[in-house]
Amino acid sequence: MRFLFKTSYEQDVRLFQHGGQVFWYGLLGVLALLAPWLLSEYLLSQIVFVLIYTLVGLGLMVLTGYTGQVSLGHAAFLGVGAYTEALLQSHGVSFLISLPAAALISAGVGVIVGLPALRLRGIYLAIATLAFGIIVEEILTRWEAVTGGGAGKHVKSMRLFDYSFDGSDNAFYYVCLITVVLSALGVLNLMRSPTGRAFVAIRDSEISAASMGIHLARYKALSFAISAALTGLGGALYAHKLSFITPDQFGLIVSIELITIIILGGVGGLHGAVFGAAIVILLPQMIALAKDYLPEGATPTAGLQSLVFGLVIIGFILFEPMGLHGRWLKIRTYFTLFPFYRRGMFRRQRAFMKSERTK
Amino acid sequence: MLDQIVQLAQLLISGVAQGCVYALVALGFVLIYKATETVNFAQGELMMLGAFLALTGAAIFGWPYWVSIVFAIAVMAVLGMLAERLVLRPVLGHPAFTVVMVTIGMGYVMRGVVTMIPAWGTETYSLPTPFADHVIKLGQLVLPTQSLAVIGMTIALCVVLYTYFRFTRIGIAMQATSQNQLAAYYMGIPVPRINMLIWGLSAAVSAFAGILLAPMTFVHANMGFIGLKAFPAAVLGGFGSVPGAIVGGLIIGVVEALAGFYLPEGFKDTAAYIVVLLVLMIKPSGLFGERQLKKV
Repeated sequence: MRFLFKTSYEQDVRLFQHGGQVFWYGLLGVLALLAPWLLSEYLLSQIVFVLIYTLVGLGLMVLTGYTGQVSLGHAAFLGVGAYTEALLQSHGVSFLISLPAAALISAGVGVIVGLPALRLRGIYLAIATLAFGIIVEEILTRWEAVTGGGAGKHVKSMRLFDYSFDGSDNAFYYVCLITVVLSALGVLNLMRSPTGRAFVAIRDSEISAASMGIHLARYKALSFAISAALTGLGGALYAHKLSFITPDQFGLIVSIELITIIILGGVGGLHGAVFGAAIVILLPQMIALAKDYLPEGATPTAGLQSLVFGLVIIGFILFEPMGLHGRWLKIRTYFTLFPFYRRGMFRRQRAFMKSERTK
Repeated sequence: MLDQIVQLAQLLISGVAQGCVYALVALGFVLIYKATETVNFAQGELMMLGAFLALTGAAIFGWPYWVSIVFAIAVMAVLGMLAERLVLRPVLGHPAFTVVMVTIGMGYVMRGVVTMIPAWGTETYSLPTPFADHVIKLGQLVLPTQSLAVIGMTIALCVVLYTYFRFTRIGIAMQATSQNQLAAYYMGIPVPRINMLIWGLSAAVSAFAGILLAPMTFVHANMGFIGLKAFPAAVLGGFGSVPGAIVGGLIIGVVEALAGFYLPEGFKDTAAYIVVLLVLMIKPSGLFGERQLKKV
């Protein structure tokens, strides 16, 4: 058992709480750096997808997990990022400029969505973002001069000075890894800052937050902007990884898939984004593998996939509302406290009387 | 000039017919929302399943149209009640968005199951109806019996639902539950059972909507996405209002029909969402919704 005895305030905001964490994250970092040599090309490419989805998961974690604002239109930000990147790359802009540009433009769009969000909460916000997502998808389809329309758009490979590489190269893996690590550190720092605390306050109670002097409109818009920027960054990398993008890759279904990242991973912690991204990416692969062992060869994959996906979502919410990260916390607590773990330790109070209508 | 008026009337009729379907789906989730505060994202899928059941009755078993309608509605009512009992009651009291995710998961499951059933699959079917392909000519106006039947059946259903909520014991109990759960509970109304029945009723209404929609768009596994248009309808009418849902649905249907004809391509599919964004920005409580203030 480990006791954390805090003797200074600095210790409370330290990135790593104790030596064990330094060791394990260090090991993970080394493994991540060596991954191109350790893993097969196929696995590495899956990990790149996981990294990209982790970025989006981080974005959603800021918005939904920490600020409590729901978005069912996040694929739109992914799309804005992806098309910005594709457009800038076709003009030969270096990715050192085009990636931040994609993030910035997505952030701008995020602010536009965030402004009306001040008046909306809960389910109305979900419907507004859903409408926004569908409209953006339609714009991407119709604005053929820029996006290539429904026929899709080819994304040129990344270039750094004279060296060029595409989505399947090791160099691209490192670009993704560095982006994710920097973004995760950025989000961690954000959440330790007054801005991050304000986000959490808004999530817990808007009225209390406002009465403590938090400017709701500004912080909600800011949260949307940060979330959209991270998602746009993910979109830019996604465009390179796919190397060919069409508007229907950024539709409603994808938005829902992105939301499931944080639902499955667990809301309220950055680990959740990583775990969730891993499940969402690996689940279809595992279904494809499992299909070989099923007796009936006639089962269409698409149907099976959507069935399993739905069952996983329902199962997680019914049996593990804290997501995979929550499950991991429980297992870890069980062992660190052995034999004193109680079943009710993580139980949350249900709010039966909490109603959106009377709140 | 006369031509244009006839054309407009023609558009209005087809818009209203389409709007009736939106209205019924919207009605389905307004019922659920009012009673349980759950926003059911699987309403469109319930509609799709209802259409498939009717198709099974009519095309595979060869039953008459009306029998297969009754069959589809009955099966869907039972399925709706089962869904409430098995999936939604356990998540009662969780945050609203968690419950939304559960219904989204249910939608996935239903779509998956439909594509996996051999006789249904991913293909597109048409549901044979007794009033297909006739037209009634009124001067220059051409009225397809299909649209008239849809409008007529929607009106009939609304009358039935109105009498049910107004005059039957259980209908009044449902109204009480949706107005104030706790008070209803104190009055001896079995709230959980009423919620279950409301889910059954809502699923049955959606199945009916699916059957009405089937001749207009064909039956296929992804027809549930049309149900998403019912969200704008419900928001437009004020989310918790039953008459609002009907009016909202009709408005969305008409706006869509007009946008498809008078505006450039691309506006038909997004018109509903543009309208809902405008409504949310200008009057978030909708046309019929009551304004709610939060007490501190």
